Amino acid sequence: MSVDPITLSVLQNGLMQVCNEMDLAFVRSAFSPVIAEALDRSDGIYHAETGELIAQGELGLPVFVGTMQFTVQAVIEHVKRRKVELHPGDLFIINDPYLGGTHLMDVKFVQPFFFEGHLWCWLANTGHWPDTGGMVPGGFSASATEVEQEGLRLPPVKLYKRGVLDDEILSIILSNIRIADQRIGDIKAQAAALATGDKRLTALLQRYGSVTVQRAIVELKARAAQQMRAKIAGIPDGTYVGEAFVDSDGVVNEPLRIAMRITKSGQGDSARLSFDMNGSSPPCKGPMNSVIATTKSSIYLAVKHVFPEVAINAGTFEPLHIVEPEGTFLYARYPRPVSGCAAEVSQRIAEAVFAALGQAIPDQLFGAPAGTSGNLGIGGFDPLKNRAYVMYVISGGGYGGSPAGDGISNGCSTIGISKTTPIEIMEQLYPVLFEEYSLHEGSGGAGEFRGGFGVNYRIRLRRGEARVSMVMDHGRAGPPGAQGGAAGGVNKVSIIRKGVVYVPEHLSKDQDISIHEGDVICVSTPGGGGYGEPGRRSTQAVEHDVALGYYSGAEAAAWFGVPKPPA
Amino acid sequence: MSRIAGIDVGGTFTDLILVDDASGEVRLAKVPTTMDNQAHGVIAALDAAHADPATLDAIVHGTTTTTNAMLERRIARVGLITTRGFRDVLELGRRTRPTPYGLKGRFTPLIDRALRFEVDERVDADGQVLVPLNEAQVEAAARALLAAGAQSVVIHFLHSYMFSAHEARAAEIVRGLWPNPYVTAGHSIVAEYREYERGTTAAVNAAIQPVLHHYIHRLQSELAQRGFVRELLVMQGNGGTVAASIVAEHAVNTVMSGPASGVIAAAATAQQAGSRPGEFANVVTYDMGGTSTDVALVLGGLPAVSSELELEYAMPIHVAMVDVHTIGAGGGSLASVDASGMLRVGPQSAGATPGPMCYGRGGTRITITDANLVLGRLDPARLLAVDRAIDMTTLHAALHEQIGAPLGLAPDAAAAAVLRVANDRMAGAVRMVSLSRGHDPRDFALFAFGGAGPLHAVSLARELGIPKVLIPARPGLTNALGCVVADLRHDFVATINQPLQALSEGRIATVFAGQVDAGRELLRREQATVEEVLTLHRADMQFQGQSHILPVAIAQAGISLPELRQLFEAAYWQRFGVELPEIRPVLVNLHTAVIGKRKAVSLAAIAVAQPRASLAEAQRGRRKVWFEQGGWLETPLYVREWLPQAASFEGPAIVEQLDCTTVIEPGNRVQMDGMSNLIVNVQGAPS
Repeated sequence: MSVDPITLSVLQNGLMQVCNEMDLAFVRSAFSPVIAEALDRSDGIYHAETGELIAQGELGLPVFVGTMQFTVQAVIEHVKRRKVELHPGDLFIINDPYLGGTHLMDVKFVQPFFFEGHLWCWLANTGHWPDTGGMVPGGFSASATEVEQEGLRLPPVKLYKRGVLDDEILSIILSNIRIADQRIGDIKAQAAALATGDKRLTALLQRYGSVTVQRAIVELKARAAQQMRAKIAGIPDGTYVGEAFVDSDGVVNEPLRIAMRITKSGQGDSARLSFDMNGSSPPCKGPMNSVIATTKSSIYLAVKHVFPEVAINAGTFEPLHIVEPEGTFLYARYPRPVSGCAAEVSQRIAEAVFAALGQAIPDQLFGAPAGTSGNLGIGGFDPLKNRAYVMYVISGGGYGGSPAGDGISNGCSTIGISKTTPIEIMEQLYPVLFEEYSLHEGSGGAGEFRGGFGVNYRIRLRRGEARVSMVMDHGRAGPPGAQGGAAGGVNKVSIIRKGVVYVPEHLSKDQDISIHEGDVICVSTPGGGGYGEPGRRSTQAVEHDVALGYYSGAEAAAWFGVPKPPA
Repeated sequence: MSRIAGIDVGGTFTDLILVDDASGEVRLAKVPTTMDNQAHGVIAALDAAHADPATLDAIVHGTTTTTNAMLERRIARVGLITTRGFRDVLELGRRTRPTPYGLKGRFTPLIDRALRFEVDERVDADGQVLVPLNEAQVEAAARALLAAGAQSVVIHFLHSYMFSAHEARAAEIVRGLWPNPYVTAGHSIVAEYREYERGTTAAVNAAIQPVLHHYIHRLQSELAQRGFVRELLVMQGNGGTVAASIVAEHAVNTVMSGPASGVIAAAATAQQAGSRPGEFANVVTYDMGGTSTDVALVLGGLPAVSSELELEYAMPIHVAMVDVHTIGAGGGSLASVDASGMLRVGPQSAGATPGPMCYGRGGTRITITDANLVLGRLDPARLLAVDRAIDMTTLHAALHEQIGAPLGLAPDAAAAAVLRVANDRMAGAVRMVSLSRGHDPRDFALFAFGGAGPLHAVSLARELGIPKVLIPARPGLTNALGCVVADLRHDFVATINQPLQALSEGRIATVFAGQVDAGRELLRREQATVEEVLTLHRADMQFQGQSHILPVAIAQAGISLPELRQLFEAAYWQRFGVELPEIRPVLVNLHTAVIGKRKAVSLAAIAVAQPRASLAEAQRGRRKVWFEQGGWLETPLYVREWLPQAASFEGPAIVEQLDCTTVIEPGNRVQMDGMSNLIVNVQGAPS
C-alpha cells in the first residue's frame, strides 16, 4: 500500500524539519567557532539496517552530503561484529577517517533511535572540533606522513551509556586535545542536538504511525532517484573527461592528478552517471590522501552544485555510480595521513567533476571556483595576556564566470557555507594586527563572463613568538576557465621575517614556520576561472573593470584586447 | 484631547486611520499607493477621509520609501573614507554565497570601488591609537569624492566602536566642506564590533539619507500648504516613531518599518484583548499577504527586537528592528507537481500580476488563493481584487490538469492537498522562527492578520499545537493602526566584549546612563508630546569561546555583576538546558531603548460595528465549505460587523468582512471580546 501524495509531501517536510531542528540546537549552543559561526556541522536521520541517508538538515555543511551514511554504516558493522547491545540513551562517538569519515577533526555522534521498544533508525551528527590533538594545533598538518601524527583517532565507542556520559572515555579524549576546557560545551551541545531530534521524531511517529512513515521513506527515496534521473536524462549520452591538480601533498613537491571520466548512459529509469577516477595519482606520502567516504561525498556535492534543486536522501545518489578508485590517493587506507582531504582534495574532485560535466552541458556549468579553504593557523604565546592561543584564518576566493554573469568575489569554499571571522574580533582575541584586507586585483580569470576576485590580507604579529602553518591550494596554477575563459589568479603566500621574504617551497602548504614580533604574513587567494572567450566581453564592461581597478590597463590589453590594438 | 492620523503606505494601498480621542470619532480611508512620490497617496488618503490637516494634532507616517530605494537600488551616489588597507571590506563581505548549493550569484556593493578612499589612521582592539589620523588626507579624499559626484559620504574606521574620536574628527572635517548634511560616521549609527556589518549599516544609511530627506521635505511642505502645523512623526523599523525633523540623520532606522508597524499594532491590540489583562501578552504575529507572510514574536506585550537582520543577500542592517521573519508563502504562492511527482507550494509566487487564476488577470497557474476558492473558503462573488471573474469550470480544469491528474486526485482533494502542504510548510517555518529565538510556539497565541492570515490561522494553529487564535477587528488595516499606537523610540548599542570578571562594578551603569542621556537628548530635540519616558536595557551575553549571543533583559540599570551572571546562567539553562559552570561568561553588548510614551489610544473605537441583536441576524447565508475534518459541510456565513456583542459560536463557520475572510474549523469555539476581537479556541492540536 502506498502513502497518499499529501501525507508524503507532509512527511518529507516533517523529516526535514526534525533535522533542521537538530541543526539549530547544535549551532546555537556550540562553542567551537567552526561549528557556531562557520556552520561546519550536519545532522541527519539514517536507516536502521542499511545506514542509508533518510533526511538531512537543509543547512548542513555541503561536504557532509552523504558522508555520514558511511559513518553510520561503520557503526552498524561494529555493532554486529562485536555483538554490542544497544539501549535507548546510548551514543557512539567516532572520528576514524577510514570508517566512513573525513578528517579527524570531524567528530561524529551516532545514536540509535528507538520507537516502541525497537531500533527504528539512527540519528547522527558531525561537528568540526577546533582541535583533536596531533602535531599541529588545529589538525591541518601539511607534512604528516601517518595518521597518528594528525591527532586522536576514535573508533566507535559509547560516549554515553543509557544517557549517562562516560567520564573515563571523556577524560581520555580531553587529555589528548588542545583547548580541552571548552570541548565539554561542544560535547553537550552535540548530544543535546540528537536529543532534540529524538524528541521531534518520536512526536512525528506518534502522529502519523511508524508504518506510514516507513512507507513514506521508501517512497521518498524512489522519488529522489527519479528526480535525479530526470536531470541526468538531460545530459547527452557519452563519456566526458576532466582533470584537476592538487599542488602537492605537502611532503613531496609534485602535483597530484585527479583523472575524472564521467559516462552518461541510459534513458528514463535507467539513466545514470558513472564516475571513474582510475588513472589518478597513487597514494601520497603527505596528508592529501582522501578517504573513500570523502571522495564519494565530493562527487555528490559537485552534482548538487550543478543541480541545486534536487532533494537529498539515499535515492538521490542511486543513479550516481562511483567506481571505487582503488590504488589511487582518492582511496586512502590506514595509516595514510588524510587531514587535507575534507578541506582541499574534496574541492579538487568537485573541480574535476565540473570540468567533465562542462563538456556535456556547458550552458549549465561555470569557470572553476577558487576551490580552497585557505586554512592558515597561527599558534603562539601572547606575553601580554600570558596565554597560549591558536588562531585560524579561513579565506574565500573568486567564483567562476558563467552564462548567468561574472563570478562573485570572495565566495566561500565549494564544500563550505561558513563566514570568515571579522578582523575586529580576531584582533581582540589574538596579538595580531591586520595591515590589509583587500580585493586581489587582476585575479578574476578573463572571459566573456570573468571570474570573481580573491582576497589579499597581511597580518603582523604584535607580540611574542608564534608558528605558522597552512594548507591551501591552487598555488601552482589558478582555477581553470571554461569554454575558452582564462584561469583565475593563483594563491600566493609569503612571510616577511625581519625584512627577509620567505616563500614556502610547496607554495600553498607549509608547517611550523617560526615568526617573531613584527613579522608579517601575506596571503593572496585565487580568483575564479573565466567563462567564454575574453574577446567576447564588451569593451564597455572591460573599461568599467579597469575604472574600478579590477584590472590594470596592461592586463586589459593583454587579456581582453581592450583597447583594441590599432589595425 | 487629540486628533491623530496614522497613514501607512503599502505596496498596493495607502491606508489611513484617524482617531479623535475627544469625540471618539474614527475615520478610515484606503487609496491606491503612488509609487513615484508616496506623498501624493498620503494627501489623497487625507482627502478621502475628509480630514483637514489643519485640525490634526499629529500625523504618524509609515513609508516604504527607504525599503524600496534599497531593494530597487535607487540610491544616492555614496563615497567612503576608511582606514588604509581596508577599502574593499564592504565589497568582499564575509566570504559567503547566496545559496548553499549552486555556485552562481551576484553581489553589487553599495559603494562603487572608485568612490572608496583610504586614509592613514589605525586604532587597535583596545582603542589605542597606533597611527594618528591624517587630517590632510581626509580633506583631500572629501574633495576628490565631491569632484567625483558623491552625494553622501560614509566614514568607517576599524575599531571605531571602541574609539570613536578619529571618525568623529574626520566627520567634522568633511562636514566643513560638504555641501549637504549627508555625512555618516559609522559609530554614530551602530557602535558595535564587526567591520562588515557596521560599515554596511552605515553605507545603507548614507545611500538612503538623501532619498528620505527629499521625500519627507516634500511631504512636509505639502502638508504645510494644507495648514498642518503640528507633529509629523515617521515610523522606524524598531516599531517606534521619530520626529520628521531628525529622521534623515538615522535614515537606516526607517528600513523595514512597514512590517514593524503591523507587529506594533498586533502587540497593542493583544494587550487590550481578552477577558483579563495580560491574557494575550505572548503572541506569534502571523501576517499573511499576497506574496509572503511575516512572522514575529510579542513577549510580555513587547515586540521582540533584533539587531541582526539581513535585508537581502549580504546586506546586514545591524540597527534595532522588530524581529520580523518573512516566509515565502502567500495567497499568490504557486502550486505544482515536480519531476519526482511531489506536490510543491511556493516559494514562487504569481505576485500581484498576474496574481491567482481567480483574479482573472491572466494568471494560468494554481495558487493558494485558488485552492481556497475551490473549497468554498473564499466567496467568488466577493473577491476584492478581481478584474474579470473566472468561472469555476476553468479553475477546476486547471486544478485537474496541474495538480489532480499528476497526483491521481479529484479536484476537491487536489485543492485540499494544496492547502494542507501550504499550511504544513508555513507551520514548519513558524516553528523554526520561534525555536531559533528560543521559544516554543505552543506557549503563545496566534495573532492573525493581513488579507489571508485569518483564512489559514485556525488550521495553522492546530498544526502547531497553539491553543488560541486571536483575530483583530480589522485584520486588513493593521499597519496604519500601528502608526497610531506607536511610541517614540531610540535604540542604542555599545560593544564591551569582556569577561564579566574583568569588568569593574559600575561600568554597566555608566554605559547605560550614557545611552539614556543620548536618548533623552533626541527626545528633547524632537519636541514631540510625550507623557513619560521609559527605558529598556538588555545585555548580549555568551560563554567565553562561543560566537552566538543570548540576549538577557535587564530590569535595573544599576545591576551588579553577580546579578547579571545569575540572570545569564538562568536564561542559558532555560534556553538550552545546559549548565556550564566551567566556563566564564562574557558581556558582549549593552543595549538601551529610550521610549517616549505617547498618550494611549483606545482601540475600542477602531472596531466600527453595527451589531445585530442576535447571532442569527448576523448570518447572511450558508454555503458548502470543505474542511479537513468532515469534508464538505453546510457552513453559516457571518458578517463580521453584524456580530452581536460578546458573540459566541462554534465552527464550522465563515466570518466575512470587507477585506478579509476568517475560517473557523468544526468544533472550534469562537468568543468575541469587548474590543470586537475574535478569540478562537483551537481543538485537536497535535502535541
